[in-house]
Amino acid sequence: MTVADHLIIAPIIIPLVAGGIMLLLDGRRREAVAAIGIFATLAQLAVAIALLVTSAKEDPASMVRVYLLGDWPASFGIVLVADRLAALMLLLTATLGCAALLFSLASWHREGSYFHPLFQFLLMGLNGAFLTGDLFNLFVFFEVLLAASYGLALHGSGRARVSASLHYIVINLVASSLFLIGVSLIYGTAGTLNMAALAERIAMLDPTDRRLFEIGAAVLGVAFLVKAGAWPLGFWLPGLYGAASAPVAAVFGIMTKVGFYAILRLGSLTAGAAGGTSIFFGEGWLFAIGAATIGFAAIGMLASQDMGRLAGYNVLASSGTLLAAIGFGGTAMTSAALFYLVSSTLTVAAFFLLVELLERGRSVADDVLAVTLEAYGSEEATDAEEEEEVGVAIPAIIAALGVAFLACALLISGLPPLSGFLAKFAILNSVLGEHQLARAGIVSVHGWILLFAILVSSLATIIAVTRAGIRTFWTFTDRELPAVRRVELGAVALLIMLCVALTVQAGPVMRFMQATANGLDLSRAYVGAVQGRPHSTPHAAERKP
Amino acid sequence: MELVISVTIGFLAASGLWLLLRPRTFQVIIGLSLLSYAVNLFIFAMGRLRIGAPPVLDPSVAPSLASYADPLPQALVLTAIVIGFAMTALFLVVLLAGRGLSGSDHVDGVERGP
Repeated sequence: MTVADHLIIAPIIIPLVAGGIMLLLDGRRREAVAAIGIFATLAQLAVAIALLVTSAKEDPASMVRVYLLGDWPASFGIVLVADRLAALMLLLTATLGCAALLFSLASWHREGSYFHPLFQFLLMGLNGAFLTGDLFNLFVFFEVLLAASYGLALHGSGRARVSASLHYIVINLVASSLFLIGVSLIYGTAGTLNMAALAERIAMLDPTDRRLFEIGAAVLGVAFLVKAGAWPLGFWLPGLYGAASAPVAAVFGIMTKVGFYAILRLGSLTAGAAGGTSIFFGEGWLFAIGAATIGFAAIGMLASQDMGRLAGYNVLASSGTLLAAIGFGGTAMTSAALFYLVSSTLTVAAFFLLVELLERGRSVADDVLAVTLEAYGSEEATDAEEEEEVGVAIPAIIAALGVAFLACALLISGLPPLSGFLAKFAILNSVLGEHQLARAGIVSVHGWILLFAILVSSLATIIAVTRAGIRTFWTFTDRELPAVRRVELGAVALLIMLCVALTVQAGPVMRFMQATANGLDLSRAYVGAVQGRPHSTPHAAERKP
Repeated sequence: MELVISVTIGFLAASGLWLLLRPRTFQVIIGLSLLSYAVNLFIFAMGRLRIGAPPVLDPSVAPSLASYADPLPQALVLTAIVIGFAMTALFLVVLLAGRGLSGSDHVDGVERGP
């Protein structure tokens, strides 16, 4: 084992150690704690980049790398697996972590105790869930990230947060019970929890066991769908995300993607072994659930009265699009979905941060007014006309926020020229052009549904965001200017610039996503790397002639 | 024995679910506890029910699979118990905070209806 091999466990060790040290410092030295947090998050970013670069190489040895914890062979011990998909998710997590942490440094991290340690433990849970190659370990890392997220959701306290967190905790505890039931059914029938070994054993199950295994997989799938916020299991999401403090909500954006990741990982592994259709993709159910989620999110966006909820429904829309895309199937669709995943996660995070900046110095009544103004008319509007104010100077801070809002609006509604458009276009393109049936000139019913759902939800997003924007920026109220620090604006700008970079470098990024999707299709490489790897301690290797 | 175990699991899960759907936070937390007992027993039962078979290797017992119980579900259930216990404790704190802030033990923080 070289140092490069040990890098695989670094994304779990770094936040664990950093969080532990922070707890020892016990909030007495805020600067030191914040400095450790920044250092640890940057270190995770560096490790994620290193893992991504290694996994992007073409030779099979570095595409899927396995780390044996405790150096037990994979059939007995627990493994970590770093392949392209895992490395991509790690990089996304670390990037999001950096931006949210940067934003929180202005004021949010002082709003309650233990923000930094909880933040690191959340990152640890996320990184672990993306790296693990074992179902029960996946459960443990889910619990780590959930436990941290409960604390973070309550960060800043207040009645709305406590009330939303209460629902969130109950729902996730029930989901964890379902997770355990699914896991134990799978263990009871297949006799292993190693994902790679499972992929091989499915084909060997006798019909009775196979039926039970499928029930276990379905129960497990429901648990993942709860995390992904799929309809009808995601009603908790907009309320919680709207109530959570901005940097926390921004990081939570990737938590729904963990559920999606688990479905994609297990689905692609079992698809290769079972020959064609995968039980985790649910034979059309996943697609239907995804499409329903998109529809629900579109209605929710139009009905939202404050921008926090609007952003929450946007998370649901992106989650639904991803599930429907995976349910639709095809390598081209998977690569488009991965591009969409990266773009939408960054965008929604930027939007959450921006919403918090815009809502400073605004009362709740303003938000309700923004929605009801059209319906009831307003005297304020006529007053404003009478005053005939020509050439109102726009303060610089409003102008900067306005530009950021415009960019976010373009990104989340999927209008050209930014990466949101490219991502949605790639999905639509693989519905129309790349799918096997479409080549013969036939677009399936599923294809039309997906096309319709994505376009209609984009339209709903445009309407909702435009309305919110007009009421925020083009009002004549003499409210105070929001007090915005440079760091906060910098965090938003960083996320938007990353989306711009995704747009400019769309070619190479799409090629990488294509390679990732191809790698998922060849689940044999993953299984082989986990199973076929000899028990290699450095000493054993030296002893061999 | 199979019947007793399965009836127990079913009864615990059913009671837990019923309590989960009740409007008071205290009923919800008891429901969650019962549900997690049911799940823990279920995990345990998935290692197959055996009487008098140790899960740890013993030199005096013949080294064959027939004379040992599966140790893995027992390890899993220990982890699940610890995590479930911690989460219940955390939920209890949030429950009390919610009760203190809203002055009501309704899950939504507000009383509905008469």
